[in-house]
Amino acid sequence: MLTNYFTRALFIAFSTSLLALTGCAQPIEPWVKPYERQNLADPIMRTNRHPIANMHIAHVYEARESARGAEGTGGGGCGCN
Amino acid sequence: MAVINKANKANYAKSRQSFLCLLIWLVFSLSLQAAVLEEDRADVLYHSYDGGGMKIDGPAILLRKKASESVALSAYYYVDTISSASVDVLSTASAYSEERQEGQLGIEYLHDKTTMALSIRQSDEDDYLANSVNFNVSHDTFGDLTNLSLGLAFSDNEIRRNGDDLFEEQSQQYRIRAGISQILTKNLSIALNIESVADEGYLNNPYRTVRYIDSSVPAGVGYQSEVYPNTRNSFSTKLSASYYLPYRAALFLHYRHFSDSWKIDANDIELSYRHPFGKTVELELKVRYYQQTQASFYSDLFSHQNAQNFLARDKELSDFDDLTLGLGVTYLIPKQFSISDWRSEVSLQWDYITFNYNNFRDPTAEAALGEEPLYGFSAHVIRAFFSVYF
Repeated sequence: MLTNYFTRALFIAFSTSLLALTGCAQPIEPWVKPYERQNLADPIMRTNRHPIANMHIAHVYEARESARGAEGTGGGGCGCN
Repeated sequence: MAVINKANKANYAKSRQSFLCLLIWLVFSLSLQAAVLEEDRADVLYHSYDGGGMKIDGPAILLRKKASESVALSAYYYVDTISSASVDVLSTASAYSEERQEGQLGIEYLHDKTTMALSIRQSDEDDYLANSVNFNVSHDTFGDLTNLSLGLAFSDNEIRRNGDDLFEEQSQQYRIRAGISQILTKNLSIALNIESVADEGYLNNPYRTVRYIDSSVPAGVGYQSEVYPNTRNSFSTKLSASYYLPYRAALFLHYRHFSDSWKIDANDIELSYRHPFGKTVELELKVRYYQQTQASFYSDLFSHQNAQNFLARDKELSDFDDLTLGLGVTYLIPKQFSISDWRSEVSLQWDYITFNYNNFRDPTAEAALGEEPLYGFSAHVIRAFFSVYF
């Protein structure tokens, strides 16, 4: 049933887009230039550096815990009880 | 007092205007550089879970290959070989073994700064078949300082019960998710992800039972099948931060809050640290804490048969917490030992998880009914994998 939870998700997801209709006079410039991003581009900073391992640990937690969602690995049903 | 209120209102309106400006620019600023698809790679993994009377292990393979500069294809295959003699299985049934296979195919399309990804997935075991489709779209904006994403997924599940050919039930799952990640400084980026999941249909485990006090039998305890509601809606919010340390190391922090219509509230927090040694070794340390409250219809021991409309004694729906300590090592194989000069690496990750249940008693223990010791167990989780980039 698509009840309050979906309504909440939809509201947060699209509220930023709706705000655009109001317009804005003073633009904000991107404050970290492309040539200043070498630290963030370093492979050790990648949260999804090992995607196959991340998918496994997300599956382990989803099978043992009630919480699900927002892991960033997709997810899906399985009879893993 | 009225003057103060007026000033507060003016300040509030001003700060609200600034906030709106920031949001609008995050969403709609023009960007200057085109994005690129991630590099081609192949991963082969062996995984193992051992704890609480359950042993699960098997292989997994992930392949990802660009068909052109704007299209990438991926394939994922995963096998779980399960042998279970867990505490809830032993109390009312006998140990079992089974196999689960999962396959995924995906396609990614990049257009300018927008990436669209579509994947289909099937998970198949003797008594459970899940088919799902997943769609994600993400967009880099604000000079590539910001990434916005939106995703949808649908899963159709068929549930059977081994030894009962007449048993067949269905369930469906719908997911919607959204995320924003933002570079804040030269060394810090943060991300906010939300996801709502709605289930409907048969959500029970068809084998599991609840126990209740039954004075009509010598043992004083009776068992009946679990009864779950036919719907479940949940909402998760996850906040993540990644920080580059000045001596080339990385710190990651994740916090997630979860709540659902079964009255389960959960929180988890994870801190991990990645540290390279020279050019060939990376060490990763992790600590994660998870805690949840129990479902409104959960009880370890019901007072009588059919005590309420919905009944559960699944320990995953009880009040519990767990703690994970993790250690990972990655060895970047020098080029002279690589195939065709492809960059490759080998990794080993080990997690030690301890589970402590606050309202689930060990029914196999020698004690009076309802006075058994609270249950707890620990698990070792291992992943060994080889990755090659080509």
